[in-house]
Amino acid sequence: MDRFVWSNGLLEMNETLVIQQRGVRLYDGDEKAKLDVGTALLSTHRLIWRDQKNHECCIAVPLSQVIFFEEQAAGIGKSAKIVIHLHPVSPNKEPGPYQNSKYSHIKLSFKEHGQIEFYRRLSEEMTRRRWEQTPASQAIPTGTGTQAGRTRAVGIVGIERKLEEKRKETDKNISEAFEDLSKLMEKAKEMVELSKSIANKIKEKQGDITEDETIRFKSYLLSMGIANPVTRETHGSGTHYHMQLAKQLGDMLLVPLQERGGMMALTEVYCLVNRARGMELLSPEDLVNACKMFESLKLPLRLRVFDSGVMVVQLQSHSEEEMIASALDNVTEKGSLTSEEFAKLLGLSVLLAKERLLLAEKMGHLCRDDSVEGLRFYPNLFISQA
Amino acid sequence: SIMTFEWPWQYNFPPFFTLQPNADTRQKQLAAWSSLVLSYCRHHRLYTLDVLEAQESPVFNNKNTGRKLSTEAIQVIFEELRKKGNLEWMDKNKARCLIMWRRPEEWGKLIYQWVSKNGMMNSVFTLYELSNGDDTESEEFHGLEDWLLLRSLQALQTEGKAEIITMNDGKGVKFF
Repeated sequence: MDRFVWSNGLLEMNETLVIQQRGVRLYDGDEKAKLDVGTALLSTHRLIWRDQKNHECCIAVPLSQVIFFEEQAAGIGKSAKIVIHLHPVSPNKEPGPYQNSKYSHIKLSFKEHGQIEFYRRLSEEMTRRRWEQTPASQAIPTGTGTQAGRTRAVGIVGIERKLEEKRKETDKNISEAFEDLSKLMEKAKEMVELSKSIANKIKEKQGDITEDETIRFKSYLLSMGIANPVTRETHGSGTHYHMQLAKQLGDMLLVPLQERGGMMALTEVYCLVNRARGMELLSPEDLVNACKMFESLKLPLRLRVFDSGVMVVQLQSHSEEEMIASALDNVTEKGSLTSEEFAKLLGLSVLLAKERLLLAEKMGHLCRDDSVEGLRFYPNLFISQA
Repeated sequence: SIMTFEWPWQYNFPPFFTLQPNADTRQKQLAAWSSLVLSYCRHHRLYTLDVLEAQESPVFNNKNTGRKLSTEAIQVIFEELRKKGNLEWMDKNKARCLIMWRRPEEWGKLIYQWVSKNGMMNSVFTLYELSNGDDTESEEFHGLEDWLLLRSLQALQTEGKAEIITMNDGKGVKFF
């Protein structure tokens, strides 16, 4: 009820009366309003209510404030009603009969019937939205005077309209951006095609260029992209996809693994693989799932999870005993080693070097010195000298 | 004492001062620590230890290697000694402890051996005579603190090898 403003009961310049009905009582939400029975008037711009006896008592609410409305059938001892849900009250609203209300809906209770016709005309007006086409000179007597312009953009309605415009613009921007992206994808495919044809030409003309050059060129191509990445589109989803992916990973990781001493952290694998795949990026989840298949597919690679949770891909030939033995050998030779020193010695990442030292410690071959100077590993003299 | 204390090789091995996470390794490390602490206390004839003071003493603080044992690690070692019966806490906060490089039963055995070797069964000794008398000067239990001597004799008494007698100016003991 707090959406209503006092009105002089007169129609504005462009406003036309649509229908009026006597014997209407107003409800503030579900409670009877502290007003008598009156006449409900529907205009092209407003819903007006006037006290039947005291014509000075006249209130109105603009139709633009209506969100939606519904019929409520009559019952025993109950008149038929129209429930009208309204937008929140605008902060600069003119005074009305209610300062505030806990409800955001009102009800018109039709004591003398006529609700069917009233409802029909209200629906019509709400669809035609004539208040927008010919704004009343003073539809909302706000006194701020923003009536010029094609549409009235005042209060909540104005804000909503602006938001809607902004949303449309964003939508447009997004679709344009995606258009660019799909063009880029097409280009990427062309690039892959090109690299494939170059690869074939190299194969044909193998005699003309040296073996060394071929290898170098192939490695360039590999770093540019995998010719036919296994994707969900080409190989479906689920196990089959992961199996095919695992096979492809097996092929492409073999050489990098050998170069890195037989072991790579999964994060490193992830970067390498996705760099090679170019546009058909792989999710971390798919990578892990594919790596889990190495063993059942009898590929020469294994996914290994260290106690710390660090995951690595390692060559199957790369046995644990060898790893431990090499860690022990290196530490014994140097007297003691930190993870960083060991990483440098082997050309491994520090993370993996540390995992190896920890593994050797776990197996009782090394022990640690944890001081302000850092974590350092020593041959386990506690066991060997005892 | 005139003899300098001889440190075990572990003392200059830096990992000795870090609690080892590997269970087997740690067991060996704790055994080495237990034996070091006891032999150090024996060498300096220490009967009580204050944890914070001990942390600054050369046993737990190796100035040569710059390694110092953490209080946490000291507590672990002391707990190990307590389990073996070589240590008893004097307070709830575990700040001070009694240290027994020989357990009371072991002391009792030494005393009993000395008594029987010298044919002094069935004779009565004062406690002072045993720990400070001229006859025991060359014995290891010479100078033993009263509380530990009493406990050692109590251990013998439980075995039925001695009886502690209350005398007018202190306690005495008779061996069987």
